Amino acid sequence: MATLPLTAQDWQAIGLSLQLASLTTLVLLLLATPLAWWLAHTRSAWRAPVSALVTLPLVLPPTVLGFYLLLAMGPHGPLGRLTLALGWGTLSFSFAGLLLGSVLFSLPFAVQPLQHAFASMGTRPMEVAATLRARPLDAFFTVALPLARPGLVTAAVLSFAHTVGEFGVVLMIGGNLPGQTQVVSTQIYSHVEAMAYAPAHALAACMLVFSFAVLWALSALNRRHTRWLP
Amino acid sequence: MAAVSGEPDRIQLHWQRPGFALAVDFVPAPGAITVLFGPSGSGKTSVLRGVAGLERACKGRVCMAGECWQDDAQGLFKPTWQRPLGYVFQEPSLFAHLDVRGNLRYGLARNPAPQAAQALDAAIDLLGIGALLARRVDQLSGGERQRVAIARALATRPKLLLLDEPLAALDLRRRDDILPWLERLRDELRLTMIYVTHSPDEMARLAHTLVVLEQGRVQAVGPVAEVLASPASPVLLGEDVGALLQGHISQRDTQWHLACVAFEGGQLWLRDSGLAVGSPVRLRVLARDVSLALAQPQATSIQNHLRCVIESVHADTHPSQALLRLRCGSALLLARVTHKALAELKLQAGAVAWAQVKSVALVH
Repeated sequence: MATLPLTAQDWQAIGLSLQLASLTTLVLLLLATPLAWWLAHTRSAWRAPVSALVTLPLVLPPTVLGFYLLLAMGPHGPLGRLTLALGWGTLSFSFAGLLLGSVLFSLPFAVQPLQHAFASMGTRPMEVAATLRARPLDAFFTVALPLARPGLVTAAVLSFAHTVGEFGVVLMIGGNLPGQTQVVSTQIYSHVEAMAYAPAHALAACMLVFSFAVLWALSALNRRHTRWLP
Repeated sequence: MAAVSGEPDRIQLHWQRPGFALAVDFVPAPGAITVLFGPSGSGKTSVLRGVAGLERACKGRVCMAGECWQDDAQGLFKPTWQRPLGYVFQEPSLFAHLDVRGNLRYGLARNPAPQAAQALDAAIDLLGIGALLARRVDQLSGGERQRVAIARALATRPKLLLLDEPLAALDLRRRDDILPWLERLRDELRLTMIYVTHSPDEMARLAHTLVVLEQGRVQAVGPVAEVLASPASPVLLGEDVGALLQGHISQRDTQWHLACVAFEGGQLWLRDSGLAVGSPVRLRVLARDVSLALAQPQATSIQNHLRCVIESVHADTHPSQALLRLRCGSALLLARVTHKALAELKLQAGAVAWAQVKSVALVH
């Protein structure tokens, strides 16, 4: 690592990126799993609008999402007033705000693989579990989730990687505060702005290798996934 | 496993869907197999799903094993997991993330009934799957998978076993592999079972009580021999209409490799399949294999002749043909003959005739 021209601030950014991505992935799996289950099985009229809303971050420019989040989290926004009233201060330019933004921004990357996994297994495994005396929640954890494992892995990997790679939302709502909201992608931007190409090169190369490794691992994992046998 | 107390067994279900209406009311035979028989789309699977509580839109009243599982008039609906039943789906539907043992233990772990572990051991033994326990489910053949699925359902010690065309996904040879296991199940466990099929062979072989469904309605219900010999059966069964006889092997002729089956009303010779004298058997005699003569036939290659009384004459599926109900002792036979022959022989209800039986199928 000695050959890499990385400053302490660079390492800090890498650490923060990993921390943010890990937390985002954790929150997303908890949030996206029930949401994906509902989307895969509901016949409610709300399915279509909710599905569109969840997919929105996929097509929306990150700056747009970041802009609205900035407004909402500001002292006059609905979220900002709530957090102020609770005595937490405002979320903008904080790690918590960054986490919230990342969760929203990567939501489709977690929901879609899970929704696909739940939909493709159909209702039969849950029905079989019910005829074997399993309560619905029990069946969900012992049958549906294990069978959706490839979807879970894909969702986790994509959420993590997508969060590491996000830039627009971070810049809009995080500022670029070292140690708090400065992550790898924004740090590269700072280096380039300051004409410091060597550290920018090093960080960019790290990102490139990381992204390639993630996609490779994902493809390898998906090849040997277990499927529901009819 | 008959009802111990409380409500008598009865299944009344109705279900309105666009383009399909289901309305059935029948009593499954306790400790025996009730076959739901009918063409595809007749609502057989819907009935099964309704009984299991898998379709909330299927309304009515389901009382089995002395307790009511569903009575929509009283606002009672037990979800599937609270109904003490086993369900074998058309596709084996094993859990791919578990091995055979894991699949079998899934129900066991959630089963409050005592001696469930012994029930599982007995099911493993009964279905001959002891050697497969450590296998992954994708390493099993279709027949093995279905046997594991049946054992998995039995391990919960169900009071009612529902089987939805368990052999339909299998090729002919695998079917013949599994049918004997199902017969063992029927004969050894005395479990109340509802068995869905559209195969006349499976129906004739397994049914105690027959429920014939068409377009969501019960067309006929009763003991299988009675329903099969009823005048309505040609409409329901078409070319395969025939009578079912219960009897036992009374003697074996080793010189000609024949076995004699005695039933209430006579005896029939058929190929010796190796069953011991005294074995109970079920014979299927198709109406098209029975012809009539006024006197006991002489000098004919047909060996089986039964003296019988023509009970009634019915219209058949084709205007040239008639379907006759023949009574031989207490047994009923069906014969398919032309109206022309009936007129020439002056045969009508009440007449005595000799039935020549060209072939007999041993179904059990």
